[in-house]
Amino acid sequence: MWEKVKSFASEFFVTGDPMIYGADVSIVLVTLAIIVGLSYFKKWGWLWREWLTTVDHKKIGIMYIIASFIMLFRGGVDALLMRAQLAMPNMEFLAADHYNQVFTTHGVIMILFMAMPFMFGLFNVIVPLQIGARDVAYPFLNALSFWLFFSGAMLFNLSFVIGGSPDAGWLAYPPYSGLMHNPGVGQDFYIWGIQISGIGSLMTGINFIVTILKMRAPGMKLMKMPMFPWSVLSSCIAIIFSFPILTATLALLFLDRYAGAHFFTLDGGGNPMMYINLIWMWGHPEVYIIVLPAFGIFSEIVSTFAKKKLFGYKSMVFAMIIISVLSFLVWAHHFFTMGSGADVNAFFALTTMLIAIPTGVKVFNWLFTMFRGKITFETPMLWTIGFIPCFVTGGMTGVLLSVAPADFQFHNSYFLVAHFHHVIIGGVVFGYFAGLYYWWPKLFGFKLNERIGKWAFWLWNIGFYLCFMPQYVLGLMGMTRRVYTYGWDKGWWEMNLVSTIGAGFMGIAFLFQIWQIIYSVKHLKKDETGDPWNGRTLEWSIPSPAPLYNFATLPQVSDQDEWWEEKQRRANGQQVPAKPVLEPIHMPKNSGIPIVMSMCWFLAGFGFVFHWQWLTIPGLIGVVACMLVHSFNYNNDYYIPVDEITRTESELRKVTS
Amino acid sequence: MKTPQAYKALRWFASLSMMVLVLFATTGCTKNMIVLDPKGPIAEQQRDLMLISTILCAVVIVPVLILTAVIVWRYRDKKGRKAKYKPNWEHSTKLEIIWWGIPIIIIIALGVITVKGTYALEPSKPLKSDVKPITIQVTSLDWKWLFQYPEQGIASVNYVQFPENVPIRFEITADSPMNSFWIPQLGGQMYAMSGMAMTLHLQADEKGEYMGSGANFTGREFAKMYFTANATSQEAFDQWVSEVKTSSPALTLDGYKELAKPAASDVRMFSAFPKGLFEMTVTKYASSHNHGLSWKDINKIQLEE
Repeated sequence: MWEKVKSFASEFFVTGDPMIYGADVSIVLVTLAIIVGLSYFKKWGWLWREWLTTVDHKKIGIMYIIASFIMLFRGGVDALLMRAQLAMPNMEFLAADHYNQVFTTHGVIMILFMAMPFMFGLFNVIVPLQIGARDVAYPFLNALSFWLFFSGAMLFNLSFVIGGSPDAGWLAYPPYSGLMHNPGVGQDFYIWGIQISGIGSLMTGINFIVTILKMRAPGMKLMKMPMFPWSVLSSCIAIIFSFPILTATLALLFLDRYAGAHFFTLDGGGNPMMYINLIWMWGHPEVYIIVLPAFGIFSEIVSTFAKKKLFGYKSMVFAMIIISVLSFLVWAHHFFTMGSGADVNAFFALTTMLIAIPTGVKVFNWLFTMFRGKITFETPMLWTIGFIPCFVTGGMTGVLLSVAPADFQFHNSYFLVAHFHHVIIGGVVFGYFAGLYYWWPKLFGFKLNERIGKWAFWLWNIGFYLCFMPQYVLGLMGMTRRVYTYGWDKGWWEMNLVSTIGAGFMGIAFLFQIWQIIYSVKHLKKDETGDPWNGRTLEWSIPSPAPLYNFATLPQVSDQDEWWEEKQRRANGQQVPAKPVLEPIHMPKNSGIPIVMSMCWFLAGFGFVFHWQWLTIPGLIGVVACMLVHSFNYNNDYYIPVDEITRTESELRKVTS
Repeated sequence: MKTPQAYKALRWFASLSMMVLVLFATTGCTKNMIVLDPKGPIAEQQRDLMLISTILCAVVIVPVLILTAVIVWRYRDKKGRKAKYKPNWEHSTKLEIIWWGIPIIIIIALGVITVKGTYALEPSKPLKSDVKPITIQVTSLDWKWLFQYPEQGIASVNYVQFPENVPIRFEITADSPMNSFWIPQLGGQMYAMSGMAMTLHLQADEKGEYMGSGANFTGREFAKMYFTANATSQEAFDQWVSEVKTSSPALTLDGYKELAKPAASDVRMFSAFPKGLFEMTVTKYASSHNHGLSWKDINKIQLEE
């Protein structure tokens, strides 16, 4: 009996690596600390009522952002481990298997469990406020999306200590990710972690399309909508068309692994090339899904801090929609070297280059928004200005990669690695940071410390260029991606060392950001205006943090930058229209079903990973039961009475009115 | 916002480190940038394409970077600024036509070049040459490269030799997860996939030892999949072939099975290999379309034939 338990445990838990034992210990300690802390301060009820069951888009958004920061930390540690291993030739810091797991989890976490939730967090906290809505279209679904993401992310991260991490790269190309070459449970963690959170992403996509199309404040025509909701709309359109492809592809891969099917296997008529096509039909739109909202954020910020209307609004909208559509027509540029022939390669090279046109136009429009403006350099604007040269040059290397015959030399080399980090960090991460700094006062009612923020900005930038510019050179030196070590004879060590130093700078920069948050909370200076940046759009017209119902009375919109125009009208002494009479506000009730249902998904996923039907089946039954319970629950809304609104408003607006 | 001393120092440090980096990139390391140091016609044309496309992009990029710096500097908010402030200026058809137009023109130019290049450099197209090409069959194994010379009847592992100025027809397959066959100084890579033979035509214009590698991740010892591509004179090549024929052991079917087992390998030579080994490697996956037989069964049958 004891022997049995021992052999089970040795396979179930990941063993043999001191780093993983360290992680085990810290996971147990942190969990214990949280449990003890919550019990000691009697906060369980508060946590459940205020956060775990909330359907409030603002709180869900904050939870997304917190989760994404934790994932940024994990993915960043992975990155530093890799850079440490590659700092010098023949390092023995990480073994080959461990290195392969680390680059796989780094990629998956950064794209799917860092960038995506960060983006959804910003969608959640800002879109309803900007379009003058009281919540998203489907608040319950929104909570469910978050908890599905969270379950998926936890399931994926669990593979670090239980069962073993996936090691087939972030897109898990078969046949390597198939059972023949990869028999462990790591790939199954990968599949189910992404599947479960993927359902959440798809639902968020639907949710925000409906919210933006149906819930705009009266008078806000689509062409008067701020640029961020436009970017969210174009991103969500790409989500609803691409995520089903991901789900189907991973489902087929799972059937290969679980049920012995032959979709992508080498034997039995399977075709791995089909997987590579399918995964990139999702994968390429995915990178535009995450970068489009960043474009929206930059548009908002550049216009606020140049104190000028956004230049070329129509062009901007048009450009984003084109990018969103074109992103579906370029997938084969990820494998020009697969032998598709000149016709196919030429077509996909051309479509890829076409994307450069609308993207270039956007850059010009940002520049000319600043032109004849009055620019100030607060942290959100710094990130925006840092983004422009970074993205322009990163975009240029993208165009170089799209030259199909030349790509035969760039492909799979560090040139490629440098390129996608260049645009994803320079575009997406800079954008989300800018957005977070910009909207932080709206979320929490105080600004983040500017001085530490500027330190973080400069450290990030120095680190970024030090880390990735040498990688372009390494690519031209013939260094291929995903090698865990290299010899002295290759002549790669100088560039690698510089790159590692750069990565260290970025790590320090991240610590500065954490310190910035802690410092700002400690020296909290409450923002009483609700409009600390002299903003232009509706979210700045209400107090910070926004009350539960956002807008006591729905705003009437007549202009593109409604709040800016309203301020102009007031300054010109125009009569402020009499406030319409308050009415009771219809709100959704909190629900525990999203978190319970997601936990059921987690259990089912865990069961699938280990082929434990005794866990899978109850898990799936739980999912269905949750759906039924929610379907027959008619008690899911309530009204906030007028006197409560009046009370809240007078407290919040003590200073402003 | 004040500009403390430390912040200025940081900015100074930023510019300095960029300069050091540029210095690094432009001086000591250029000789190592093998992709930009081609030794064959394919790599040379690919290098030219890289340079042309870089210049074309730079035509837009450099002015944009300068414009960014100028605008950010000129329109910063400060007392007594002379530059105009027009908060409601948001549209200019003329300007927008310009910056829709410029990228379109550049992309058309680049597109034409790319399409031409794509057809010209299609890897399965034989190279123009008066010399009869030599065929080398390449198999990616876990984690080593097997080269077979069907015309010479020899085989080698992690080492490939060929005469200079002779077009080489590489036939590439895999008996392992998908890999990518890459000799940067001779030309771009080609995926090595099981169940099919890909063709890649390359040629070396100069004698020399060139680095070759597997570019697509295949598992644990992937980082050990380097090989040397040695371009020599025709005489030296012939001599090498006859040396291998006389002094090296033959590769048997059992030997191949042993070789195909997952492990890294040193350089090895074989004086002979089983007839049709390459074709068998390619077809064994395709023929397993026979349902009811697993890959393992097929493997057994074919190798025991």
